[in-house]
Amino acid sequence: MSQWAKNVSIQRWTPSSRRAVMVAGVVLLVLALAPLFASNGMLDRLTALFIYVILAAMWNALAGYGGLISVGQQAFFGLGAYFTIRLANVGLDPFISVGLSAVIVGVISYPISLIMLRLKGGEFAIGMWVIASILHLMVNLDGLIQGETGISLVSLNHYDSGSRLTIIYLLTLGSMAGLLTLLFFVLRSKTGSAIQAIRDDEEAATSIGVKPEKTKRLLFVIAAFGIGAAGALWLTSATTFLPKTYFSVQWSAYMIFMVLVGGIGKFEGAILGAIIFFLVETWFSSTGVWYLVSLGAIAIAFSLFLPKGIWGELERRFNWRFLPVGYRVEDPKKEKQ
Amino acid sequence: MMTHTTSDGLLANGIVKHFGSVSVLKNVDFSMKTDEAVGIVGPNGAGKTTLLSALAGAFSLDEGSIFLNNQEVTDKSASERCSLGVVRTHQIPKPFGGMTVFENVLVASSYGVDSTKESAYQFALDAIQLSGMEHVANRQADSLGLLDRKRLELARALATQPKFLLLDEIAGGLTEAESIQLVDTIKELRRRGIGILWIEHIVHVLLQVAERLICMDSGEIIADGDPKTVLSDPQVVKAYLGGGVE
Repeated sequence: MSQWAKNVSIQRWTPSSRRAVMVAGVVLLVLALAPLFASNGMLDRLTALFIYVILAAMWNALAGYGGLISVGQQAFFGLGAYFTIRLANVGLDPFISVGLSAVIVGVISYPISLIMLRLKGGEFAIGMWVIASILHLMVNLDGLIQGETGISLVSLNHYDSGSRLTIIYLLTLGSMAGLLTLLFFVLRSKTGSAIQAIRDDEEAATSIGVKPEKTKRLLFVIAAFGIGAAGALWLTSATTFLPKTYFSVQWSAYMIFMVLVGGIGKFEGAILGAIIFFLVETWFSSTGVWYLVSLGAIAIAFSLFLPKGIWGELERRFNWRFLPVGYRVEDPKKEKQ
Repeated sequence: MMTHTTSDGLLANGIVKHFGSVSVLKNVDFSMKTDEAVGIVGPNGAGKTTLLSALAGAFSLDEGSIFLNNQEVTDKSASERCSLGVVRTHQIPKPFGGMTVFENVLVASSYGVDSTKESAYQFALDAIQLSGMEHVANRQADSLGLLDRKRLELARALATQPKFLLLDEIAGGLTEAESIQLVDTIKELRRRGIGILWIEHIVHVLLQVAERLICMDSGEIIADGDPKTVLSDPQVVKAYLGGGVE
């Protein structure tokens, strides 16, 4: 090996990223203790925030890291809720149903990926929307769901209101933490590098040994699993399953908004975007249609003027990398870059 | 023109490729050994890049077969051929723009060759050094200029520890000084025993490395042999060098 190669080292963590992980751990601990001091209203709102974080992180992994831009991820959100209803209906505990439902959604996404990952770019994006619409119609055919009338997750009534809220909150918090950890380690692994290489140039990635189909399929299934979990968790919070609501394209629009504003292709960006979306929704959703118009306008403005999102800009200006998934070559002799 | 069946090295038997109604490769036979440096010249549209892409497994053939060290690889994908030791660079560089130079090369050393995490790091760093990219190892690939993009193509290919390196106009667009650096790097690869197949229009640069020259025209190999002999071949002069020489 050459002299330079012997002298340098490969850095994955920086002092600031270690501190950021410790802060994140403390925040998670405080959030886990929130049922001891927070009001029911606050727990309910935080549950919604955690679900938004899951949605944003999953869409960001798929589109930002994998280049698979989809406007049909509501397919898995709806299926997550649907299978929770189905499993609870055969007598399973509703919270166990949530976990199982997410697994079923992940399994179902595999055959879907066999077809959809043959499509590229806009075809994939629109194709996923078509898949969502087809699945919506198929779910409506289930007599249990009663078409668009929908059905409630009545088995939640086995739990009293206070403990139910706490369980939902903690389950959602745990799911968010678990799914973010899963994504983080997948994106930091060599598979994560391959995912990004395929995003940037699939032909070049193939020419140096990457197997694109297998790699993209893994990402697709993970994203479906995560979004399925989000749909199932949303159902436990909202109680009623209305197919039209759960299979609505608005969920993909929200995911796109969060990722565009926070920073596409940035792990921290998706989390920041979800928090911003949550705050905007909390403060302005009562303005009705103008709220939706504003969301669209903001997303377009970010695409045009701040395409890397808020986190991308912060990273560029201040070199912030709190949750780095990449690599850095450290040369003790010379570090001019 | 030579006709081959199977032997050690990289070889193609009677390969044919059409794009729509256009025949881009017409029953081409080709072979090279691991320790050879072979140059390919020819006019635009001669089929040079298509031959290189066919050897690298970028697409399926309409007819013919390809062998690597007596193993048929005709149906193997580009990523499988890379793992077996055949890797290419692209005429128009294809960097992974959202990743740093090191991350670009690390993908190659992680996937293109059987490696542990540590050996993948070592292969990547060695390839970066050999390609002269130490000073930009942490730079985002989409911010690189043409020379560094070409070097990155080379570094990524080298990180796969190839037996055969297929270079597609890697000196195109470089200055004289940059070409000299490139030639030095490629000569070092020759010393390491890597077989080189190099398409290049800058013939004097190519001839500093190639000990055998092939000229293609209209999807066929029209001359193959010692560079001096090939370049003085009347067919080559007429098709490629632009003379009306008999």
